[in-house]
Amino acid sequence: PCPLCFLSVPKSSPRSGSTDPPDAGEEAAMEAPEECVELKELHRLEGHTDRVWSLAWNPVTGGDGAPAVLASCSGDKTVRIWRQNLATGSWDCTTILEETHTRTVRSCAWSPSGSLLATASFDATTALWENVGDEFECISTLEGHENEVKSVSWSASGSLLATCSRDKSVWIWEVQSGGNECDCVSVLQGHTQDVKMVQWHPNMDVLVSVSYDNSIKVWAEDGDIDDWRCIQTLEESSNGHASTVWAVSFNSDGDRMVTCSNDLTLKIWDTNSNPIQRSDGSHGPWEKGFSVYRGGGAAISSPTFPLLNPIGEMHRRHLCTLSGYHDRTIFSVDWSRDGIIASGAGDDAICLFVENKDGQIDGPSYKMIMKKEKSHEMDVNAVRWNPKDPRLLASASDDGTIKIWQCTY
Amino acid sequence: MVSQLINANPVVYERQERRARARQPADDDEYAADPIDQLEVFDILFACCGKKSLFFCCGCVVSLTNVNHIRDIKDPEHPYTLEELKVVSEDAIEVDDKQSYVRVTFTPTVEHCSMATLIGLSIRVKLIRSLPSRFKVDIRVAPGTHATESAVNKQLNDKERVAAALENPNLVDMVEECLAQTYF
Repeated sequence: PCPLCFLSVPKSSPRSGSTDPPDAGEEAAMEAPEECVELKELHRLEGHTDRVWSLAWNPVTGGDGAPAVLASCSGDKTVRIWRQNLATGSWDCTTILEETHTRTVRSCAWSPSGSLLATASFDATTALWENVGDEFECISTLEGHENEVKSVSWSASGSLLATCSRDKSVWIWEVQSGGNECDCVSVLQGHTQDVKMVQWHPNMDVLVSVSYDNSIKVWAEDGDIDDWRCIQTLEESSNGHASTVWAVSFNSDGDRMVTCSNDLTLKIWDTNSNPIQRSDGSHGPWEKGFSVYRGGGAAISSPTFPLLNPIGEMHRRHLCTLSGYHDRTIFSVDWSRDGIIASGAGDDAICLFVENKDGQIDGPSYKMIMKKEKSHEMDVNAVRWNPKDPRLLASASDDGTIKIWQCTY
Repeated sequence: MVSQLINANPVVYERQERRARARQPADDDEYAADPIDQLEVFDILFACCGKKSLFFCCGCVVSLTNVNHIRDIKDPEHPYTLEELKVVSEDAIEVDDKQSYVRVTFTPTVEHCSMATLIGLSIRVKLIRSLPSRFKVDIRVAPGTHATESAVNKQLNDKERVAAALENPNLVDMVEECLAQTYF
């Protein structure tokens, strides 16, 4: 998936703009020529009256001449549904979801079938909306968090929903009867601060949460205790972040993930050895390690299992750190189907990164291929690749606008 | 506002002469781009000479009416002015207009000041409302001056938590009360 043109760049190519070169060491320090890749602003969507916090492309819309649909949520307490007009190419706000949430709507996510939209609000609730034609009806309100809900995510099958809150907890909900019935199946405690985002693995029931406590936690269901538990914590001592972790995204295969932070870095993690029973019924290395630890007294009560498998490797291993690219907090990161990582930050810029396939003597590395300065007039809060057309990127900002970008490469 | 002294023995500093703003001939043109400087940000926070003032002390945030000069504002706990207590001095305001950047460093007079986050929040709200939206604002307590310095700084600069705090009616009332007198 990595475009060939990225691979032939001489290592001495000059850096553009005013960004400082990244530190030497583990960081990728290469950059493609500017003409190689660019972001062209196609559309500017205006309507929200406060900062736009988050975006979600409807996964079953767009492509093959069908109109694409995008949801956005804002500090103005509303969710807007945008649909592309196929005749004119323009984007129209077709529906405004309002008067359900009484405070900021922080996060929104479509179910995999595209028929349900979940919205998480500072009012401590998560709403489920059913999409019938152009109409949206609020069919459930999930209550239980003590205060602001920061993020919501659907599992790959659409049967599980995760939410997280400033109350430091992560909740897992089972969604039944097309969304009319939702039961909380687990309340996960372990973070010591505000949980900023939850994200399910793209094809397994493994959940990742990131927090103001600087850590990343991985959660999976443990059949023996019939409950969910933290199976790994990635923190500063395991090459993790030194400040608030704001977002996480998986690549399409789910064997890597990227996180971004207030420490101005992005980190790439190997997620290859997953703690899930294989399809043939055998156990992966993690289960063996876990069995050893299950009777282990102190180890079992520890929230972290730094060395779980027999050969002593971490399940989610730090691969590389990308630093020196953003000047202020990195709020959002998204990994495209084509392998391009987009990041949006408080410096008003959007950066794009790809894996550097040249000489991997020291293991995988990633390099920046583009930095779009002043992509918005204020902080960039969300970047989201279109799942059908991996060259389309949407971004949302404190300036109240949403932009649709064409990535040319 | 406080029943007992939070800071029994504050350090008192010399008053400084207020420098006059340098007037450019082009100032007659009100549409001319006038870069925002340190003094302007100081004036936003501590408007003096006819404007009303936002006023902090070591233990509480107080807004006073009919304030004509910041040097006349007294700390309610002590017969000293804010300037003499150096909660915020002009030197603690860093401005880079070209980079659209402002950093305000404030100094609680006691290292366990319980109002530090409210003071910082009030400074942030005031600057958000007064400066052009292009400005990035960092607020912090002066290094070494607060017991939970890093926690206070982290919270004041997490815009999501600030946004959530500013949806809390009780907190907004406190900030508004504190800021109300800084407007004409």
